[in-house]
Amino acid sequence: MKFQSAGYQLLPVLPELVLGVGAMVLLIVGVYRGPQITRLVTALAACLLIVVGTLEVMLPAGKLITFGGSFIVDDFARFLKILAIIGSTATLVLSAEFLADPSRRIFEYAILVLLSTLGMMVLISAGDLIMLYLGLEMMSLALYVVAASNRDDVKSTEAGLKYFVLGALSSGMLLYGASLIYGFTGTVSFAGIAAAVKTGSIGLVFGLVFLLAGLCFKVSAVPFHMWTPDVYEGAPTPVTAFFASAPKVAALAVFTRVALTAFSGIVPQWQQIVIFVSIASMALGSFAAIGQKNIKRLMAYSSIGHMGFALVGLAAGTAEGAQGVLIYIAIYVAMTLGSFAVILTMKRNGQHVENISDFSGLSRTNPLLAFFFAMLLFSLAGIPPLAGFFAKYFVFVAAIKGGLFTLSVIGVLTSVVGAFYYLNIVKVMYFDEPLAELDPVRGELKAVLAIAGLFNMLFWAYPGLLVSTATAAAKSLF
Amino acid sequence: MTTWPILSVVTFLPSFGALLIYVIRGDDEAAQRNARWIALWTTLVTLAVSLILVERFDPSQADFQFVEKATWLAGAGTYHMGVDGISLPFVILTTAILPFCIIASWRSVTIRVREYMMAFLILETLMVGTFSALDLVLFYLFFEGGLIPMFLIIGVWGGPRRVYASFKFFLYTLLGSVLMLLAIMALYWNAGTTDIPTLMHTTVPRSLQTWAWLAFFASFAVKMPMWPVHTWLPDAHVEAPTAGSVILAAILLKMGGYGFLRFSLPMFPLASHDFAPLIYGLSVIAIMYTSLVALMQEDMKKLIAYSSVAHMGFVTMGIFAGTMQGVAGGVFQMISHGIVSGALFLCVGIVYDRMHTREIAAYGGLVNRMPLYALVFMVFTMANVGLPGTSGFVGEFMTLLGTFKVSLPTAFFATTGVILSAAYALWLYRKVVFGALVKPSLASIKDLTLRECLTLVPLVALTILFGVYPKPVLDMSATSVQQLVTNYSHALTTQAALLLQ
Repeated sequence: MKFQSAGYQLLPVLPELVLGVGAMVLLIVGVYRGPQITRLVTALAACLLIVVGTLEVMLPAGKLITFGGSFIVDDFARFLKILAIIGSTATLVLSAEFLADPSRRIFEYAILVLLSTLGMMVLISAGDLIMLYLGLEMMSLALYVVAASNRDDVKSTEAGLKYFVLGALSSGMLLYGASLIYGFTGTVSFAGIAAAVKTGSIGLVFGLVFLLAGLCFKVSAVPFHMWTPDVYEGAPTPVTAFFASAPKVAALAVFTRVALTAFSGIVPQWQQIVIFVSIASMALGSFAAIGQKNIKRLMAYSSIGHMGFALVGLAAGTAEGAQGVLIYIAIYVAMTLGSFAVILTMKRNGQHVENISDFSGLSRTNPLLAFFFAMLLFSLAGIPPLAGFFAKYFVFVAAIKGGLFTLSVIGVLTSVVGAFYYLNIVKVMYFDEPLAELDPVRGELKAVLAIAGLFNMLFWAYPGLLVSTATAAAKSLF
Repeated sequence: MTTWPILSVVTFLPSFGALLIYVIRGDDEAAQRNARWIALWTTLVTLAVSLILVERFDPSQADFQFVEKATWLAGAGTYHMGVDGISLPFVILTTAILPFCIIASWRSVTIRVREYMMAFLILETLMVGTFSALDLVLFYLFFEGGLIPMFLIIGVWGGPRRVYASFKFFLYTLLGSVLMLLAIMALYWNAGTTDIPTLMHTTVPRSLQTWAWLAFFASFAVKMPMWPVHTWLPDAHVEAPTAGSVILAAILLKMGGYGFLRFSLPMFPLASHDFAPLIYGLSVIAIMYTSLVALMQEDMKKLIAYSSVAHMGFVTMGIFAGTMQGVAGGVFQMISHGIVSGALFLCVGIVYDRMHTREIAAYGGLVNRMPLYALVFMVFTMANVGLPGTSGFVGEFMTLLGTFKVSLPTAFFATTGVILSAAYALWLYRKVVFGALVKPSLASIKDLTLRECLTLVPLVALTILFGVYPKPVLDMSATSVQQLVTNYSHALTTQAALLLQ
């Protein structure tokens, strides 16, 4: 059987097709059976994601291309798609409690997460600017709705609206940049652009700046970060966990792919931009987080900072750099999901509490939970032997090789500043006096936390697999 | 000879003990008792295993022994462990001090005992690992990893200003170390490996040497600590629980000196030579200035903390003199200071447990009620002063001797430190121990218990033993130090010859 349509191979997009069709089927099921089926739809959606992930792994090895070069499945795409799927699946698991509330039985939630994941997978595999935009919009439109999924809550609605308006603006910039690039190169495919771009003409660089601005918005890098704290704080916590993990993977993936494949001829031109964005993000992420009282807002600034660190790898513009980015984002997703699992457990008398002071004395009331969270925080700060250290190690090692000494020194210094606010949470948990007991911790949160936490703590013992996979993935870009 | 990975066993055995403490549950009382005993036995077994290292160690070889190698970071680093004559004394110092820390905390730590013991055991793993890692990334992993348990030890079980002290300790040390991490990366790209033995035989370009030396210096100078980046130490010491202070003074500070010996001198000999005057200057300032500061202290722990900075000044001075006596003296001084300062903090801890104050003014005339304590405290005070016959003398004398050959003014000013140290140490001793017992609060103070004798007597024995017979330590390190010094001077003469051409 030839698995193709209109002359295009469909095998490379099989996982996406399954995901898309599956999401439609679940939508129909949901529409006919109503809100009481929310739980089942969510569970099925998680299973569907696992199936899609398995399919992705089982695709034939090597570089698969279809739709005339606009859809690429290489090791790079596989690595990041799996990561995005893990992020989305974990989100669905973390959302179980949120969706269990009778007033919030919205089965569309899981469908939207699925569709957003589909957008991410398209985005990660995008081989031209059209596909990039399609993927980006598909991902983002679903995210805007998810952000406002707690309809009766003013903050959640505000978060959704804010995200939407600013997101639309950034999409506009991205499109404008894309059209300029098309105008100056006569092609939208990354390979074509790479062939046409040997010297950076003013018009092209102009387009590049707009394109990167749009992408920076999606990874929430300074100076396009303003939406992040508000949206993180306003959105329901499981949604925040989602925002902080999977979409970041996809956005960073496309950022890396565009920079390293389409514009590999004019590295110096975009390198300056990335270096600036990276330094600004690391600095803002470190300093602005210090004053935060709300843990979700703090995580927002923390994620801004982390994107800055990930971009340090990209700034090097080499295979090592891409490898660094991949390792960074993989470890970042694990740390973030683990941290949000902890934040979701913070519940007293049926109410979620979100202030850092609410963690006071957690090490005595819930020692294991506090220990895992403390290790995640140390890891986010980049202290060895935890996973976060290796993430930082690989991006900086690439930057040093690329001769970006100033960037590296500023980067590590901001990481020390950043360590301060992570330590502050550890201090609150370990040194301060305990508050009232937490409500019993739900099983699925424990599971996510255990997996993420153990990965984080034991990564040093066997880092080989992730590192070598990332190396192979990074090589496939070049 | 069997080939079991003895070094890895020494390194990871304490962590295993920590895991055991975690697994064993029970009601509070039993859990606490179990935690104490497991911790004690783990540290004792670790000490016993580490003594096998001494027994099998061949001091006539300068190369690394008990080497273990395994793939680890997919090409970017290997799990490479091994010890030579320079690192082995520190490994033994670590494993030997830990049981004392556990015993010293037996009664004085009453809250969260399990976590406390686990923190100490994990810290032991990280410290032993630091001294036996032969890969830069692995070294950094252990070196920095130690911050986490120490942060918690100071912060959870510390004194009233523990938050300030623990943050200062953590951030200060981290700030120095991240720069070293960048230098490690630069070295990696220069030589294509982070393997320490390979790097020791790789010639690093002059400009990189300078920058890398400075970056490593940033880390080790803070850790050591050298003037003017020593200010975290008095705070950390004062706030840390007794055993935490002991670890800090006896082992964590030695990581800085060890780092200079392991990395700065062999890998960047030219830069080390260039910057030696800077080190001399800072060392002399440390010796004189912090000794004077120590004279003004009202807190016993703070006084000893400042005296530690002064004593570490002798170490840096000796190491960067680059002579046989200087380097060997530096190693010996570190071991001796590990024993003596650790013991001094234990002594302070003993009276603190009874009176809950460390203010010198609150004591006086203890000799009347605590004759044994007075005797033991005197031995360590004398060792701190550097009285001949105690281990403190040998280290100071050798470092001064080594420095005299290279820089007369440095040695001259450093020698005044010996006098100053006598001033503050004897002043402390007189205020606390001698005089009439007039304070009513002290009237019922008890002399050393059996448990306290158990911790102090072996240390007294070692102090005096190494004072009159320093050969075991010196012999163990001699060949490796010899090689280090030879390579160092060889690198310098080669460079001089190149310049002449």
